Amino acid sequence: MAILKVKDVSKRFGGLKALTDVNLSVEENSVHAIIGPNGAGKSTLLNCLVGKLMPDTGAVLFDNASVLGLEPFQINQMGISRVFQTPEIFGELTVMENMLIPIFAMRDGAFRMHAYETIANEREIVEQAEAMLEEMNMADKREMHAASLSRGDKRRLEIGMCLSQNPRLLLLDEPTAGMARADTNNTIDLLKQIKDERDITIAIIEHDMHVVFSLAERITVLAQGTPLVEDTPENIRGNPKVREAYLGEAA
Amino acid sequence: MFGLNKKDTSLLIIVGLLTLLAPFILNPFPEGSAMAQFNAGYPDLMQRFVIFGIFAIGFNILFGLTGYLSFGHAAFLGVGSYSAVWMFKLLSYNIIPAIALSVVVAGLFSLLIGFISLRRSGIYFSILTLAFAQMSFALAYSVLSNPKFNLTNGETGLQVYADDPQILQVANSPDLPHLFGLPMRATYTMDVGAWSFDFNAGYYLCAIIMMVVFYLSIRIFRSPFGMMLRAVKSNQQRMNYTGLNSKPYTLAAFVISGMYAGLAGGLMAAMDPLAGAERMQWTASGEVVLMTILGGTGTLIGPVLGAGFIKYFENIFSKINDNVLHSWFAFLPDGLEDAVVFVIHPFIGKGWHLTLGILFMLVVIYLPGGLVEGGQRLLNRIKRKKSKADDAKSGKTEPAE
Repeated sequence: MAILKVKDVSKRFGGLKALTDVNLSVEENSVHAIIGPNGAGKSTLLNCLVGKLMPDTGAVLFDNASVLGLEPFQINQMGISRVFQTPEIFGELTVMENMLIPIFAMRDGAFRMHAYETIANEREIVEQAEAMLEEMNMADKREMHAASLSRGDKRRLEIGMCLSQNPRLLLLDEPTAGMARADTNNTIDLLKQIKDERDITIAIIEHDMHVVFSLAERITVLAQGTPLVEDTPENIRGNPKVREAYLGEAA
Repeated sequence: MFGLNKKDTSLLIIVGLLTLLAPFILNPFPEGSAMAQFNAGYPDLMQRFVIFGIFAIGFNILFGLTGYLSFGHAAFLGVGSYSAVWMFKLLSYNIIPAIALSVVVAGLFSLLIGFISLRRSGIYFSILTLAFAQMSFALAYSVLSNPKFNLTNGETGLQVYADDPQILQVANSPDLPHLFGLPMRATYTMDVGAWSFDFNAGYYLCAIIMMVVFYLSIRIFRSPFGMMLRAVKSNQQRMNYTGLNSKPYTLAAFVISGMYAGLAGGLMAAMDPLAGAERMQWTASGEVVLMTILGGTGTLIGPVLGAGFIKYFENIFSKINDNVLHSWFAFLPDGLEDAVVFVIHPFIGKGWHLTLGILFMLVVIYLPGGLVEGGQRLLNRIKRKKSKADDAKSGKTEPAE
C-alpha cells in the first residue's frame, strides 16, 4: 500500500517552473530515494510534503488524507517527521531536553499549558527519552548543550528526536551533506538499523550515490521538475536516461 | 520543598530572608551619619524595589524564556494601575478587589495586544508592542479623558475624590488603601541606638506577593511549559516540525508576563492611590528591559537584582548634589577639591542616568549574563582559591618520598 501519494503536483516561482506534474507514490515500510541533479526540484518537492510550501496544483495524500494547507506541526502530528539538511536541534538546550520535547509533543499535542508541573515527575516521558538516548548511544552526553555536539552527533540526535515520536514516515533531506566519510558511513549504518528494527517508511533525498545505493529499495529520478524514471536501484544504475540527466548537466 | 529541587529551594529561601529582613539590610548606616543618604530602607523605596521586581520577573518570563523582546510592557502596568484606582473609586479602599481586577484587566489587554503583535517576530514584534504601548499612552493621556467619557483623567491622573461612590466603604475604615482595615501606610519604626528601621505594612504585603510570584516563576521555569518556551527561543523551525505550535506558547508567555505587569501596576496604586499616563510611556517600558538585561536575562534572580539596582540608583544617586560632594572631599586642598567636584558633577544628581548608562554598558560588554554572571564568576574565583588552598594544605600533609 502506498503511504504517501503525490498527484500531479506543480509549483512555479515566478517564471521558473520548479515542479511540473510530479506523480510519486511511496510504499509503506520501504526506503524510497529521490535523486536528481542540482535544481531538479528535490527540495521544493520535499517542502510541499511537509507544509512549508503550497503547490499550485495537485494533491499530496498521506495515508489517504490530504496534507495540503496544513501547518508543519499538524503534518507532524499525522506521523511525518523530517530530518533537515543541516541538523535542526535546540542548540541552547541540553541533549536530554532535546529528546524530551518531541515525546512531550507526541503525548500532549501541539500545545499544553503544563506550567505548574515538574519535568522530573513525568517518569514515563523521562524514561522514554533515556531509552532513546541509549539507543542513539548518546546517554553519556545527556547534560551537554546540543550546540556543542559534533556534526555527526547532532545528526544522530536529530534522527533520535524524530524516531522518539514513532513516525510512520521519516523524511530525510540530504542527511549526509557536508559529512566526513566516517560520519556518512555511521549515518548509513544507523539508517539501516532503523529500517530493520522498526515499522517505518523512509523517504530520502540525497546527492551522494553511495548513500542512495546502500539504502534505497526504490529510486525516483527527478530532472527539471519532473520525475524521469522510478525503479529499483539495479535498474537505475544501468538506465541511459539517468546517465544523460546527470552527465548532460555536467557537459 | 514545594516541588522544587535543592538549589531552587535555597534560592527561594535566600530571597525570602533578604526581602523579610530588607528594612535592616537596606539601612546599614546610622541615622544622621554622613553615609545615611545611602540608606535605602525607607518604605517608599522598598515598595518600589519589590514592585519593580515583580514587573521584571514577569517580563523575564517572556523575554528570558522565549526571547521575544516587548517594548510595550509598561502599558500593562498602567492598565493595572488604572483598574485598581477605579476599584477604589467604585467599591472601597480595600486593595483585594483592586489588585484582582488589575491582574484580570492586564491579562485581557495583553491577550489582545499579544494576539496581534505575535503575528510577527524579532524586531517587528518589538516595534508592534512599542506602537501599541504608545497608543495606549495617547489614549490614557488625552483620548479617554474628555468631559463626556472620563476614564483616565488625563494629565492630572486618576485619583479618588470625596464624591466617588465607594459603595462598599465601611463607615470607620481608613480613608486610604488598606487590607481589611490595615492601612498600607502603617509603619512601625524601631530605633536601635543610632539606627532606625521602618517596618511598613505596604512593603510587607508587596514582599509576600513578590515571594509568591517568584515561586510561581521558578515553577514555570522548571516546568515542561518553560522548556517549550526555551525551545521557542532556540529553534522555532524544529519546534514546528516536532508537532508543536509555537504561537499559543508565546502568547501564553506574553499574557502571563502581562498579568505580572498588571499586578505590579495594581500594587503601585495600592501603595499610593494614583494612576497617571506617564506610567505607560515608552521610557517605562524601556526601563524594565534594562532591569532584566542588567540583572541577567533568563536567570531566576537576575530581574529582581536589576530592578533593585536601577531603582537604587534612581533614588539614591540622584540625591547626591554638589554640597554633598564638597563635604566628602573637604579634606583636599581647595583648588583640587573644586576640580574633583567638577569632574564628578555630571554623574550625580540629575546626571544619574549617565552613571547608570556607563554601568549598563560595562555590564553588557564584560558581563553579558548580567549581575548574576558577575556573582557566579566571583563565587567561582573564591571556590578556586579555596580549593587551591586546600590542595596546598593536603600537599603538605602528604609525606615526601
